[in-house]
Amino acid sequence: MSEPRRATPVEDLNLVKLSKIYGGLAAVDDLTLTIPGGSFFALLGPSGCGKTTTLRMVAGLENPTSGQMFVGAQEITDLKAYKRPVNTVFQSYALFPHLDIFENVAFGLRRRGVKDVTGPVERMLELVELTSMARRKPGQLSGGQQQRVAVARALINEPDVLLLDEPLGALDLKLRRQMQIELKRIQVEVGTTFVHVTHDQEEAMTMADTIAVMNQGRIEQLGAPTQIYENPATAFVANFLGQCNLVPGQITGGDGDNAVLSANGFNFSVPRSRIHAAGSSAILGVRPEKITMYWADEPLPAGHNRLEGTVTDVSFTGVSTQYLVKVPWGQELVVFEQNLSLEELSRRGEHVQIGWAPGHTFALDGAEDITAGMGSHVVGA
Amino acid sequence: MTIAAAVGPARRRARIAYLLLLPGVAWLAIFFIIPLISLFFTSLQVSTGSSGKYKAGFNWRNYVEALSEYWEFFLRALIYAGIATVLALVIAYPLAYFIALKAGRWRALMLVLVVAPFFASFLLRTYAWKTILADDAVITQTLNALHLLPDGRILNTSIAVIAGLTYNFLPFMILPLYAALDKIDPRLIEAGSDLYASPFTTFRKVTWPLSMPGVVAGTLLTFIPAAGDYINAELLGSTKDKMIGNAIQTNFIEFRDYPMASALSFILMASILIIVTVYIRRAGTEELV
Amino acid sequence: MAWLRSKLLGIVAVLVLVYLFVPIAVVAVLSFNDPEGKFNISWNEFSLSAWGNLCGVAGVCQSFILSIEIALIATLIATVFGTMIALALVRYRFRGRGAANSLIFLPMATPEVVLGASLLALYLNLRLPLGFWTILIAHIMFTISFIVVAVKARLQGMDPRLEEAAQDLYASPWQTFRFVTFPLVLPGILGAALLGFALSFDDFIISNFASGTTVTFPIFIWGAAQRGIPVQVYALATLVFALALVGTVVGQIVSSRRRRKLAASS
Repeated sequence: MSEPRRATPVEDLNLVKLSKIYGGLAAVDDLTLTIPGGSFFALLGPSGCGKTTTLRMVAGLENPTSGQMFVGAQEITDLKAYKRPVNTVFQSYALFPHLDIFENVAFGLRRRGVKDVTGPVERMLELVELTSMARRKPGQLSGGQQQRVAVARALINEPDVLLLDEPLGALDLKLRRQMQIELKRIQVEVGTTFVHVTHDQEEAMTMADTIAVMNQGRIEQLGAPTQIYENPATAFVANFLGQCNLVPGQITGGDGDNAVLSANGFNFSVPRSRIHAAGSSAILGVRPEKITMYWADEPLPAGHNRLEGTVTDVSFTGVSTQYLVKVPWGQELVVFEQNLSLEELSRRGEHVQIGWAPGHTFALDGAEDITAGMGSHVVGA
Repeated sequence: MTIAAAVGPARRRARIAYLLLLPGVAWLAIFFIIPLISLFFTSLQVSTGSSGKYKAGFNWRNYVEALSEYWEFFLRALIYAGIATVLALVIAYPLAYFIALKAGRWRALMLVLVVAPFFASFLLRTYAWKTILADDAVITQTLNALHLLPDGRILNTSIAVIAGLTYNFLPFMILPLYAALDKIDPRLIEAGSDLYASPFTTFRKVTWPLSMPGVVAGTLLTFIPAAGDYINAELLGSTKDKMIGNAIQTNFIEFRDYPMASALSFILMASILIIVTVYIRRAGTEELV
Repeated sequence: MAWLRSKLLGIVAVLVLVYLFVPIAVVAVLSFNDPEGKFNISWNEFSLSAWGNLCGVAGVCQSFILSIEIALIATLIATVFGTMIALALVRYRFRGRGAANSLIFLPMATPEVVLGASLLALYLNLRLPLGFWTILIAHIMFTISFIVVAVKARLQGMDPRLEEAAQDLYASPWQTFRFVTFPLVLPGILGAALLGFALSFDDFIISNFASGTTVTFPIFIWGAAQRGIPVQVYALATLVFALALVGTVVGQIVSSRRRRKLAASS
């Protein structure tokens, strides 16, 4: 197979102070963002957070209320949708039902007056493994195949940026997993910038190099998946990307690299690099899988944060077991334990110790709402 | 630049819309709205004494005369059209229901068959009822044997006129009913029969209310042309069955009493408007067509 | 009994369809009649004379051809105007949209006698000579609304993302219309045009006001009704109906075959 990787270098996409206001409400609020050329970038957030509006503005299907957009040095803010070096994979694909697969893929080339489309279209169909389907109509294809046609139809134009609007939303779970890997492979192969809009945090983390978490028209945090998952800057990000234990407290001192955060009369160590609080009021955060359970009389590794508590609930989920542990001030912390030992599981009512490494602890600003982003969270199945 | 960028395309889009509307809307304005205005002024013209010649004026007495002379024609038109509309609804509903929810692969063919009568001459079809309802035809003979006909015949009675009206506007009833029934999720009807058990209750509580937009549109599309029709009364009825449409046509074309015909037209429009408004209010839907 | 009850609705539906076709069948049968006297009302004797000599009565074929001409031109113009209006109403937001919608609806809510009378009032006031052009103007006027309603329904059923996808794939507004919107709405437009043709071809009430001494096919029938409608008229009407029915039914079967074949091959 010939290499479809693009010949020209890929440009960055820059959004500068971009806003979109609908009837007095800001769907996108003063957004400034650089998406590096050639990256797989995810815009992640709950529905109504402004991610789709942002995407539609980049595509030229919606006019910004204010702000500018650039691809490399070229400003595209006022450019018509059909003149932008940007293509879109639409939610539920929007394949042209009256044209066959070949003509769907050839559509963009034909509109730009390309004379010989056969070669490029065949190469593209090969890339998405649909060569045998060229003369079928979209209605005769499965959901996964239609999705690949939508990708091919957009990519054949060698856009500087490929926009994907919830591209896997209509597929069942198994196919979605398969297509995540497939899309990632295609992105690496062609090297184009992919901007992927989704509300599914697992999907975003699986595929993207960089994730921007959006909430209420603004970006909450931007970074690599591991970075924003392990060291979230806001309660919204902490909760939206997965389950999280959050405990309000105060930063009371510390030495060297670690600070001491005290909450409800207990002291915990937090690396200074993982503190996002402006003042001394702070919220302690630790993810459930970082916590280890110990028997009541077991010794913990030196320097680990430690609490005692009572198991109030046990649920076996297969790969792990989820415990609720009631700690002295009455809060129930969530703990995931991998099912490694063949020993008996802790039982409800049992008295246990829990502990975790200071390096897995983070601290949010004390003014944050610890329930932010909880309801809108999509439980990864 | 950004505000202009947001407003500019919207303005340009509106301009394209106006350009698209222009020819058709201009046509309707010139050949529908202006004629109505022209008709209104004609309805107030004053006679000059010689037939077919009138001069401009504001003779509101034309309306009084029209009503006092032709009130029976109005009443007949509204009653005949009303009865025909109810009959058409009763006849059309089972067919529309069947096509929308039960016909399966026959649906497209049945729809073609519903529209097909439009391609057979309206006048000839009405004329054909003369044959079907003739005094010596099977229907009349049978009904007579059962002593069901007060006049001993159908042709040249109000029954024939109403039958003709019912038949002629039936497709206008079936199509909107079908469109409304087609939108109903069959699972709702299943859920209804699960909840209410009796098919009749299911129909009354689920199907009928959901098909209401179709019922309203269908009855209007049947009632309005039926109330203004004069072909059926002319071909199938006696001189005692004439409707308001006959009066307008005769006054305009034969008597050339343009003010009278125009006044009658406006009274017809006004009464239809009032009936339709009250009806839509009572049916509780603003959705038209 | 249970069988009857389960099939009752279907039986009633078929009976209603039969009812729709009874008068048409009468017309078709009478086209093979050799009537006794002037009036072709009751069956007398089988004859092919009308079918063998369709234009055998003075004026019948002229009126028939005139009606076809008017219906073709009126449908063409009304379809273009009506489709443009439907596009504007469905795809654009603008001031006066509600008023435009009402203007489209009103002619359908006005009885034909009133439409005819008002047009004639205008023609008389303007002293326009009645004839071909005044009939054509009237037919375009009352056909537009039906076309708009039919095309609008089709456009509303279309996914707006298809047009966005076309724009995204470098199609200018015109190309978007030419390559995506138009082909997808075309079946709706053709259906609307067919209906428009039928309405125009068969119109009597409005034409009778607008025609003066010009005779269209329905006006010919009306005029002949007093002294007996020639059998040729029955034959011509049957011919039109048969052609339309065979055309649409065959079209229907072909398209459903194709759909089934597509479904089977996937």
